[in-house]
Amino acid sequence: MNSIAVTADGIGEAGASSPEAGLDIHDHSDVKDYETVGEPFVEDPKMSARNVNVYYADKQAIMDVSLDIGKNEVIAMIGPSGCGKSTFLRTLNRMNDIIPICRVEGNINLEDQDIYRGDQDTVLLRARVGMVFQKPNPFPKSIYENVAYGPRIHGLAHSKAELDEIVEKSLRRASLFDEVKDALDKPGTGLSGGQQQRLCIARAIAVSPEVILMDEPCSALDPIATARIEELIDELKERYTIAIVTHSMQQAEVGDTKEVFTMPKHELTENYITGRFG
Amino acid sequence: MSKESFTNTAAIQASLKKRYAREKRFQWYGRLAVLTGFVFLFILLADIVGKGAPAFTQQYIKVTVEFDPDRLGVEPGASDEELRKADYLGVVKSSLRAMFPEASGRQEKRQLYRLISIGAEYDLRDYVLDNPELIGQTLDIWLLAHAEAGAYLKGQISRKIPEGDRRVKDIQMQWLDTLREQGRTESRFNTLFFTEGDSREPELAGIKAALYGSFFTLLVTFLLAFPIGVFAAVYLEEFAPRNRLTDLIEININNLAAVPSIVFGLLGLAVFINFFELPRSAPLVGGIVLSLMTLPTIIITSRASIQSVSPSIREAALGVGASPLQTVFHHVLPVAMPGILTGSIIGMAQALGESAPLLMIGMVAFIMDVPGGVTDPSTVLPVQIFLWADSPERGFTEKTSAAIMVLMGFLIVMNALAIYLRRRFELK
Ligand SMILES: Nc1ncnc2c1ncn2[C@@H]1O[C@H](COP(=O)(O)OP(=O)(O)OP(=O)(O)O)[C@@H](O)[C@H]1O
Ligand SMILES: [Mg+2]
Repeated sequence: MNSIAVTADGIGEAGASSPEAGLDIHDHSDVKDYETVGEPFVEDPKMSARNVNVYYADKQAIMDVSLDIGKNEVIAMIGPSGCGKSTFLRTLNRMNDIIPICRVEGNINLEDQDIYRGDQDTVLLRARVGMVFQKPNPFPKSIYENVAYGPRIHGLAHSKAELDEIVEKSLRRASLFDEVKDALDKPGTGLSGGQQQRLCIARAIAVSPEVILMDEPCSALDPIATARIEELIDELKERYTIAIVTHSMQQAEVGDTKEVFTMPKHELTENYITGRFG
Repeated sequence: MSKESFTNTAAIQASLKKRYAREKRFQWYGRLAVLTGFVFLFILLADIVGKGAPAFTQQYIKVTVEFDPDRLGVEPGASDEELRKADYLGVVKSSLRAMFPEASGRQEKRQLYRLISIGAEYDLRDYVLDNPELIGQTLDIWLLAHAEAGAYLKGQISRKIPEGDRRVKDIQMQWLDTLREQGRTESRFNTLFFTEGDSREPELAGIKAALYGSFFTLLVTFLLAFPIGVFAAVYLEEFAPRNRLTDLIEININNLAAVPSIVFGLLGLAVFINFFELPRSAPLVGGIVLSLMTLPTIIITSRASIQSVSPSIREAALGVGASPLQTVFHHVLPVAMPGILTGSIIGMAQALGESAPLLMIGMVAFIMDVPGGVTDPSTVLPVQIFLWADSPERGFTEKTSAAIMVLMGFLIVMNALAIYLRRRFELK
């Protein structure tokens, strides 16, 4: 991947402007440095977060995160378990709305529009900002129906043939088509964990959202499938903006990074990155 | 280290014995409990089936009937109107007298006439209306036996009982024995039981009116309780905010589920009949009352089954941009449906077996006619059972058990339907 995110030590106004940024469940109050690799801010971003705080009841899960996601960019986030990666991703399409105890502070803009403003239509938002969840969650319906559902409710296909085409294309891009082409009417829940995850990817891209949020899309995949998904992400970048959470250092590797994210504490990250963690 | 783990193994092995013993004992308690339940169930069923089975057969007596125009009071070639008014009872009586000329005196003659059901008169009339050319002829016709005579022919009345204590007298027994020897008696399947309404005569009483009444009542109950219950559950579970008011509503729904059913009957009487002036004894009011009674059951089971739908399915639907309503109807409800249907069918089965609230709204009246709609006066199966169980004639005792068998048959069908629907929805 071209874009990477690792925590960095206050670069300019980098993502972590507070010493406690990144969320902290283990209170290492002595650790004050955060590392963000790459630039947290870009010009003309697709989405931008400013001073975002997220609370679950009294517990703060994300502290003061500021970050831009540029157009047609892949931003990868990495960090130890429980540091708030999923939470941050879910704030980007207001998926946290359905958790009653969850509270979001700060600004999150999609193309200069605050998505938390009163008249934001969450249905439209989620159609524009699609999501692949950490745990594969196919509908308990047929494989075909899983992929066709989004396009159908949004009226994206005008005929059965068109819908078939969208389904096939989406499944191909998620590199699942060859495995399931003879079983499109079988339940999606009958697939293996990795296949389910690819089905969920196909379901998300079938709607052609502008931004795709992927929460560890490859955690259940073998290296070959992972490589295919990486190719897909690379290809999707041409048209979409992608935010991805990963535990794979390759995916998050600092290459021609443009973008940065900040999450855990420096020390933890260091250990994590260099494979000394755990 | 290794020494420690050896000790552990020994300790675990020692405890295993105890654990297995406990498990064995528990299994035996379980089997015993199931067995006890089955024994009681079996006794109950055996009793009901034993008592009710004879009700499914009926005795017929072959009578040589002379369609004497004088006795009927019609001329050959009379119009339908005249034929309808003819004296068929007189013909039945004279035919019986002709078969047993030894019957003398008013008392004996009356006993002779009591061998045949009073329904025979109407059977003969219909028969003659269909075949007017019979006037003036004599032929053998099977006529329905009176309930008491039928009971004797079925072997339910013993000669050992002193004559004064039984309804079938010695002389009637003699006649019946003679008829049997002549091959003039026959046992047939009791179709009247399914094609007739209630009657004062046990041999003519059937459950058709009660079945129709039950059907219309349950129809009203289902049409009201199912949609209202499911929508209330969906709203409370998926859309309503959690606050004091919804907590209060929840507590009240749970309480309502435990309110004795007769209270709903009193409510129905006071509100629907006295205030809204809906017709008495009608399936409409019965259905409304029963739907009030069934609603809490449906709401509670539907909520439980909606609650048990994995939140990840909701997230998945919302994540592709489905609206909350689409999420509920496309994804949550289909998954929750088996549970909702099971709960609803259990509620409906309760309603089917309910009698107390219906007594309060007058569905206890003696109804002979099959109701044609939800506003016709009618009764329902459990109330019919209650009425028959209350009747002194022995003929009604077996009808009671037979009606219970039919009721239980319907309950079994409904529960089987619940299981079938659950399987079907689960496969998808
Ligand atoms: N629904 C919730 N209710 C309460 N607390 C939550 C909820 N979801 C997450 N949290 C808390 O928020 C913090 C961040 O969780 P999150 O799922 O974002 O972590 P993560 O970085 O995605 O971890 P992982 O790598 O294990 O997926 C955790 O401490 C978690 O306990
Ligand atoms: Mg996560």
